[in-house]
Amino acid sequence: MKTLLIKNAFVIDPIQHISGETMDIAVRNGKIVDDVKNPDEVIDAQGMLTLPGGIDSHTHICGTKVNFGRYMSPEDMRAGRTSRKGDMHATAGYSVPTTYGNSYRYSRMGYTTLLEGAMAPMEARHTHEEFRYTPMQDCLANTLFDGNWFALQAIQDGDTKRLAGILAWYLSAAKGFGVKLTNPGGTEAWGFGKDVSCINDPIPNFDITPLEIIVKMIEANEMLNLPHSVHLHCNNLGKPGNYMCTLDTYDAIPDINDKRQSLYSTHVQFHSYGGSSWNDFCSKAEDIARSVNDKPHIVIDTGQVMFGKTTTMTADGPMEFNLYRLYHNKWSNHDIEMETGSGIIPVVYRKKNLVNAIMWAIGLELALLVDDPWRCILATDNPNGAPFVKYPEVMALLMSKEYRDKEFETLHKSTGRRVALPAIERELTWDEIAVMTRSAQARALGLIDYGKGYLSEGAEADIAIYPIDVDSTDPARDYERIINGFSTTEYTIKRGEVVCRRGTCTLEGNHSTYWVKPHVSPAYDMSKDAAFIDGFNRYYSIRRANYPVGEEYLGRNVCMETEASI
Amino acid sequence: MQEIKDMICPFCGCLCDDITLEIEAGKIVSTDNCCTIGNAKFLGKNRLKNPIKKIDGTWTDITYEEAVDTAVEMLLDADRPLLFGWSGTHGEAQCVGVHMNEILGGVIDNTTSVCHGPSILAIQEVGHPGCTLGQVKNRADLIIYWGCNPIEAHPRHMSRYTTYADGYFLDNAFRNRKVIVVDVRETETAKVADEFIRIKPGGDYAVLSSLRAILRGKSDMIPDSVAGVSKTQLMQVADMCKTCSFGALFFGVGLTMAKGKYKNVRNAIEFVDDLNRHTKFTLTPMRGHWNVYGANEVMAWMTGYPYAVDFCRGVAFYNPGETTAIDILARKECDACMIVASDPAAHFPRACVEQLRDIPLVVIDPFETMTTTIADLQIPVAVTGIDAEGTAYRMDGIPIKVKKAMDSDYPSDTEILTRIYNKMLEVKGL
Repeated sequence: MKTLLIKNAFVIDPIQHISGETMDIAVRNGKIVDDVKNPDEVIDAQGMLTLPGGIDSHTHICGTKVNFGRYMSPEDMRAGRTSRKGDMHATAGYSVPTTYGNSYRYSRMGYTTLLEGAMAPMEARHTHEEFRYTPMQDCLANTLFDGNWFALQAIQDGDTKRLAGILAWYLSAAKGFGVKLTNPGGTEAWGFGKDVSCINDPIPNFDITPLEIIVKMIEANEMLNLPHSVHLHCNNLGKPGNYMCTLDTYDAIPDINDKRQSLYSTHVQFHSYGGSSWNDFCSKAEDIARSVNDKPHIVIDTGQVMFGKTTTMTADGPMEFNLYRLYHNKWSNHDIEMETGSGIIPVVYRKKNLVNAIMWAIGLELALLVDDPWRCILATDNPNGAPFVKYPEVMALLMSKEYRDKEFETLHKSTGRRVALPAIERELTWDEIAVMTRSAQARALGLIDYGKGYLSEGAEADIAIYPIDVDSTDPARDYERIINGFSTTEYTIKRGEVVCRRGTCTLEGNHSTYWVKPHVSPAYDMSKDAAFIDGFNRYYSIRRANYPVGEEYLGRNVCMETEASI
Repeated sequence: MQEIKDMICPFCGCLCDDITLEIEAGKIVSTDNCCTIGNAKFLGKNRLKNPIKKIDGTWTDITYEEAVDTAVEMLLDADRPLLFGWSGTHGEAQCVGVHMNEILGGVIDNTTSVCHGPSILAIQEVGHPGCTLGQVKNRADLIIYWGCNPIEAHPRHMSRYTTYADGYFLDNAFRNRKVIVVDVRETETAKVADEFIRIKPGGDYAVLSSLRAILRGKSDMIPDSVAGVSKTQLMQVADMCKTCSFGALFFGVGLTMAKGKYKNVRNAIEFVDDLNRHTKFTLTPMRGHWNVYGANEVMAWMTGYPYAVDFCRGVAFYNPGETTAIDILARKECDACMIVASDPAAHFPRACVEQLRDIPLVVIDPFETMTTTIADLQIPVAVTGIDAEGTAYRMDGIPIKVKKAMDSDYPSDTEILTRIYNKMLEVKGL
């Protein structure tokens, strides 16, 4: 029964409505408790900003496509190498670091929970193998259903309950967490080299549209009572004028969950583009933000772009091919039978490139124009918009108009005519930044019930203590201190243990995988469904019996059981 | 007699997962669905009974504890240790190998460096448009086998994933799919092809370039014959590729190890890339060992690089041609070596085998192999897929759990490597 007492912490905990109070936090056996007597360890956090551990609700860190990003990019591996030291293993990589690289670098920024944004269920075992070597964070995996044949067939048949049964089987089999749709219908069309342009395009070989997939998936998701909502990468990513597609999608989203959002719309920066070509490309962040402000049942993350080299990777295979035809560097594609696609290309975002400069501005505009920080999450869609190590810079940009203006000066000269950013005065507060980097994620993912995202009795003792004295720091002026302070914690505490101290990870960590197991009635149990089993064994290239990921791949894990209404 | 279904064959990169085994008195007595090679592996004999050590030129039986101590001593005593092989074991053991190499400051390399190493170099330059094998099975109406002979090397590839496999979008898969074989000789696979392109040895690059030129509307510049292939045939093949609905190009060491090496593969990738502007086309290397792709995957997520990783500077350093096993041995740099689950004495150039013979050599392998004859210590282990289990990656990247059919007294590779690693940590005070 290990105990820890953090004294004099300057706490911001939005879920508990604590906004900068100096207090003590007691920990026993990995959980926050009311008090401990004679603690084993005492930390004096006097003058240090103390937050619940950071949560990234959309990042690409583990799995087949991430690893292919490493495999094909020795130039990226060379760009960030450390050797084995103390408890820390060797690391390599900048935009696609090795698993240890991801884990240590997130930990030094105070992040304790990570959601892998896109796991093809057929390759789930790979994701879980890499989670095992991501020791400092709890991990969850969004599971891809955008081109799942059984799911598309059930939608075509108008059988939403069967669709829910199919989702339930795959989620349990893949040890997945949430339902992810990436360019729904588009990844299936890409199987024959085609794409869909928006929600009303018919999908080749299936008599349905992306819109039907999205709406039926939301209904099925709620039938399963899953902690998280449907997590959507909209159609038509990255194309000029795509904001109309995004707005039409949002208009069609039903509001059917009173506890949380009904839709999590991810990396929205990439979906907020005006113009009819790259020549008149412009920001439509105001329109998107207005739509989000009107729809309390939608949560977004920003998908911020930051300048420099990175690697783009997504299940959206056709999008990556289009991007490749702009960049002409190198292109990998990996379609996954009966399920989804994926693609990878390295990119460089340049300040002097007008399109890139506009993209940078759009991400910031979204964060500043969506009124409610609980519904606008800070993320770069790591590493697509930028590697996650850029988060502290994003925070500083959002907290300081002066810093934004200074950066803006360095961009392509025409940027100002295409974006609204220079006119936006808003500077986010400490509380808002805390919301957008952990509390909103905990709520949107449904993790508050599992003790994540807050610091009161009963919560998991995942705590980030930053060397930032809030009282003496004016974020509008001292943005360098914001960047440095959020880059490296004084202490990162995971389940009650100090796992990182001033950037040095001190032990192996104590990772858990969170996964869902919805209980459905026998009529919708696909493991006993003859048509499902027969179709599976006929068209997959592996046997159904060999498909599910066994619990031996998870080690310590939290099975989130739900009672489905089917 | 006990029958076990849906077992995974630990022989080639196809990782067939529909094998039925019959077990009697703790032994596999027959297999069903296996090809002849897989069958031979399941029924394999000549397993070493216990660790053996060469003392004064003669093999002596020793205990596992002595074997672990000897291996630790040999490797810690070296300046430039090499940990090689890994393609014939499961991923969990490969992970231990990487950790071990970190503290040894050695080189860890897998058999990729002598098979599809050039493919990876090409992929690192231009990427890899690929897909899973089921995608090919369900959709492809055109298959190309280039520099590979699946009928003999991957015997069930055609029946499970390509030519003879039923596919969702093909009414009659066998009739509706066309097969093109490109090779320097008429192989068994070439005999069943719709179109056989016979290339003069070393002509792959030129033929690929010609096909690309035709695709780009530059057929005027193609001579009547390219590396023994007529222009007429090239035009016809380019047209078949361009007009199919889904093409899949598979290639083997006939391309990667022929004159031109990684440039050949790069050209093949760019050919497929060009074709994607007309139709859907993918490319897949025919990986040999059942888990060689897993060795690439594990080393990529653990070290950042898929093979040939040198930790002598503390950080991971990768430079195939310098940090590959062959090169370290040929330069006589390597002064101790551990071979896990592969048989370099059967495949490496003579100079490298001589160097292996002359330095302390530990072999971890269930069977006596050619490499046994030049080793100083061999530690027998359980066979993954028979009496050990673990994860493997199919040639298309699909991760599969290779199950065990029975228990035995042999330690698995993971167990024995973990014992060696833990002992090293103890000796080094880490």
